[in-house]
Amino acid sequence: MTWVQAIFVLLALVAVGSALLVVTAVNMVHAALWLVVALGAVAGVYLVLAAEFVAWVQVLIYVGAVVVLLLFALMLTRAPTGRQEDLNLRRVVPAATVAALVAVLLGTTVVAGFHDVRIDLGHAVVGSAETTGTTLFTMWVLPFEVLSVLLLAALVGAIVLSRLRTDGDD
Amino acid sequence: MPLWWPLLLASLLFSIGVYGVLVRRNAVLVLMGVELMLNAVNINFVAFDAWLREVLHGGQTFALFVIVIAAAEIGLALAIVLLVFRTHGHIDVDDLRELADRDGLVP
Repeated sequence: MTWVQAIFVLLALVAVGSALLVVTAVNMVHAALWLVVALGAVAGVYLVLAAEFVAWVQVLIYVGAVVVLLLFALMLTRAPTGRQEDLNLRRVVPAATVAALVAVLLGTTVVAGFHDVRIDLGHAVVGSAETTGTTLFTMWVLPFEVLSVLLLAALVGAIVLSRLRTDGDD
Repeated sequence: MPLWWPLLLASLLFSIGVYGVLVRRNAVLVLMGVELMLNAVNINFVAFDAWLREVLHGGQTFALFVIVIAAAEIGLALAIVLLVFRTHGHIDVDDLRELADRDGLVP
């Protein structure tokens, strides 16, 4: 096992372990903070897989913006900051069964399909800001612009939703 | 590195996200499960990009697009969650049944 593979396995273990804590934590704020660890480990996985720019975007948007938004939502909905034992008491067994089935199905499929394929990371083109920007603005310009329209629509939608009055006076 | 290592990691993260979506009762915690699932898909995109070494970097570009769509989704979803909290006083997804089909509703 090379150094790269050892780092990947370490990051994968951190990601899976903290993701398990995200869905099982009895303290909602702790769940949000474990999400930071899980998303950070995924950013490390991107770095190992030669996707440098995607990794930093992951750190900026997910670890930075999305988790802060989630914490704001917890704060604005007056979520209790202490332990809450009733967060997921019901339906643990069926949910775990479905999740285990999904894991077994997906896992056996990808392992059976790609067990003899290897990634040559030594010769991979590192997705730096330069290469990613060049491809984004030469080959993927139209999807990029469509995506900006989507972001605008989401922005307007969020503003409209938060301006709605419950008694219908506007 | 074998290609199935990142793919297996993505499968595990996706199933953990499925478990979180199914088992949690608080809407914000359900959204955290959705975020885990989106990240699992992104790992797949980046892994296949590193394997195929495509000149267009389609995998990494699509991972970026998925991150942007996830940001839009979380913004809208939190606006909806806050609206639900203002109108109902709670965000327990088990008790939000206004949109349910009354005839087929299990009591």
